[in-house]
Amino acid sequence: MSILHAKNIHAYFGTNHIVKGISLETEPHQVTAIIGPSGCGKSTFIRCLNRLHEETPGARAEGSVIIDGENIYGERVDPVSIRRKVGMVFQKPNPFPGMSIFDNVIIGLRLTGEKNKEVLASVAEESLKDAALWDEVKDKLKTPGTSLSGGQQQRLCIARALAVEPKILLMDEPTSALDPIATSKIEDLLSKLKKKVGIIIVTHNMQQAARISDTTAFALMGELIESGPTSSIFTAPRMQQTEKYITGRFG
Amino acid sequence: MVKGPVAHRKKEVHRGDWLFAQFIQAGAMLLIALLLALAWFLIKGGWPAIERYGARFLFSSNWNPVLEVFGAAPVIYGTLVSSAIAIMIAAPLSVSVALFLHAVAPPKIRAVFSFFVDMLAAIPSVVYGLWGIFVLAPWLRSDVEPWLSEHFGFLPFFQGPFYGVGMLAAGLILAIMIIPSIFAMCSEVFRSLPVTYKEAALALGATRWEMMQIAFLRAGKRGIIGGIILGLGRALGETMAVTMLIGNRDEISVSLFSPGQTMASVIANEYAEAGSSIHVAALIEVGLVLFCMTILVNALARIIIRSDDAI
Amino acid sequence: MKSLKQRQLINTCVHILLVGACLVSALPLISIFTYIVLRGAPGLSLHFFTGLPQPIGEPGSGMGNAISGTFVLLGIASGIGIPWGLVAGIFMTEYRDTRMASCVRFSAELLSSIPSIVIGLFIYEQIVLRMHHFSALAGGLALSIIMIPTIARSTEEQLLLIPAHIREAGLALGLPRWKVTCHILLPGIIRSIMTSMMLAIARISGETAPLLFTAFGSRFWPESIFEPIASLPIQIYNLAISPFEEWHQQAWTGAFILALFVLSLNIATRLVMRQKEPLS
Repeated sequence: MSILHAKNIHAYFGTNHIVKGISLETEPHQVTAIIGPSGCGKSTFIRCLNRLHEETPGARAEGSVIIDGENIYGERVDPVSIRRKVGMVFQKPNPFPGMSIFDNVIIGLRLTGEKNKEVLASVAEESLKDAALWDEVKDKLKTPGTSLSGGQQQRLCIARALAVEPKILLMDEPTSALDPIATSKIEDLLSKLKKKVGIIIVTHNMQQAARISDTTAFALMGELIESGPTSSIFTAPRMQQTEKYITGRFG
Repeated sequence: MVKGPVAHRKKEVHRGDWLFAQFIQAGAMLLIALLLALAWFLIKGGWPAIERYGARFLFSSNWNPVLEVFGAAPVIYGTLVSSAIAIMIAAPLSVSVALFLHAVAPPKIRAVFSFFVDMLAAIPSVVYGLWGIFVLAPWLRSDVEPWLSEHFGFLPFFQGPFYGVGMLAAGLILAIMIIPSIFAMCSEVFRSLPVTYKEAALALGATRWEMMQIAFLRAGKRGIIGGIILGLGRALGETMAVTMLIGNRDEISVSLFSPGQTMASVIANEYAEAGSSIHVAALIEVGLVLFCMTILVNALARIIIRSDDAI
Repeated sequence: MKSLKQRQLINTCVHILLVGACLVSALPLISIFTYIVLRGAPGLSLHFFTGLPQPIGEPGSGMGNAISGTFVLLGIASGIGIPWGLVAGIFMTEYRDTRMASCVRFSAELLSSIPSIVIGLFIYEQIVLRMHHFSALAGGLALSIIMIPTIARSTEEQLLLIPAHIREAGLALGLPRWKVTCHILLPGIIRSIMTSMMLAIARISGETAPLLFTAFGSRFWPESIFEPIASLPIQIYNLAISPFEEWHQQAWTGAFILALFVLSLNIATRLVMRQKEPLS
């Protein structure tokens, strides 16, 4: 039973056709990596999975994405409610400016009406623990989120996304702005996190995909070339383009 | 053009978002409506005078509320001359100060001086007027005007009795008031110029003044001119200090020593006491002319500054 | 071709001229500050802040009503101008790159270049004539129109400085757009918005021209926003153009208080700006 099933996604920027009919299915408790050269539409594709793509002026998307048996591109579906089920972590760590670490984590819950202080506190603790940040920040929850290091900020963003209990976590090159140590911390984190949420990660770093993912999909020029278990994609790719890419002959 | 397989689907809009959009749209529309209402009011309120005097209004130099004859030439003249005096004094001074502080002075001095100029910009116009009445005007009357008359008395600008208050006083106070605005604009322009210009010029063996010409004045020309015109816009509409210092006489006189009147000051002086409806209409039409003048001047300044960015 | 000597001579002359320009520009500034302090400060007393103006010849004149009136006017102006300016600024960012947004931006620009006396005229005709008398409300409205463009522009500038991915992070949490704007983006720039508000208030607190025929002036304590109200700038103006030496003295003291108020607001704003934390 798949947790997310994207069918024939097309995405446009004005008249630019960026994503040309990508379909993808992901399993629960798995990390799915999407790799491909820059500009191949992989980031745009995952931004279609929580309907964030269409928030950019001039951008639109078509197709269907089934999450929990519901098509998020169906009639009368409120994108706002979709995004509670599908969390997202961005390329650059982006804690909300002017907010404390604590406020950053619970803002999603607080703004959707949760006022109970104890609930908020326990959610904050749990989410920060899940994001492997609790021990580092538990004594300074009131300090601004922007005062943390880059890697910590990114884990804070992960905690912020986890706090609203999404079913799926989308990660758009989450380590590309981080140093190797911070990167490996986040990679370790993912293997634990996948027990809780399904993870779809976009990365331009093939070694990273090989290290952390269960399934890998390769995209090129807005199309999905092939997808399958990570081990077979990297050892025995079916398509020639995939082989060329992973052996570093282009891209 | 690439067309998607399915027609563009209508976006579902969250209810709170819809309300919020309505709200901010209403606020924005009201702002536009306010501007239109202002323009409409000036045209409608001034209409009786526009109808009665036509274009003569702008050129006739007879402004006489008692006889109900209104020609705006004296107040337009007063506005233009006092602003011209202000610009002729303030522009070279403020550009020089900005140039000195950015090209020559050490950063510490620049910071201190800029701070004081900013404070000068913050002082209310009525305080300038107060200082003008009790300090500037007596000084003009007792020292400056006699001196000018003695040495330059052959020029028609410097003839006649010494009042202190008058066109010269108004022009000077305006100059003092717009120095900070022009200085601020020039500073911004100079700050945004790349240091490499300066270094390249010096590397060519230029003296510091030659470097200033190349790396500051020529490179920042449009910004400087724009800043000066913005200062002019400010001078045209300035009311209180001028009202307190210009002497308030609705006549054209070549001598800068004699009292005059500007568009803003005639409104400030006469509007509350305007007896007849045609007097009110004439004052509103003066407001309309002033409105158009400042908008044109500001637009001109912005066009000049913006075309600079395009390069 | 000029010789090096000539060029250096010119260079020296220009430097002398530039220094001269600085001195000449600094002179009126120093003179104004000195006069305000020397002539204004001696008249200061507690009574000056709490008393009412007295007829000429009677001792114990104060500007209590004008000072409190100025605060009432600032309150009304801020109450209208700040929210309106904020809304216009938010509109320009939410709808950036649309025709409407440029229309609003253009209107705000035009509005900011209109001489304040013309705004006074407008409010007189629209409000004062309809209500049949001068009022604090009319004065506050006139001042608020002067505030709006400043607040709108700085709100827009500050909101545009926030990187797009911050907004997206808010949306990705499943929050509606308006909550992201009002509860995440605006609080993040609250400090910059506060500084622009303080500067706008500092600017209008010295405005005199738009109050001449809106708030008008009064010899009494402010009682209702529907009555004429005294204000510091108008009071200074009336005292300054009066023929009495005694009143001139009071005008200086009033100017001292007004200048002190405006300058401290400006300096406070600078202090706040200096410790601004950078956006991520």
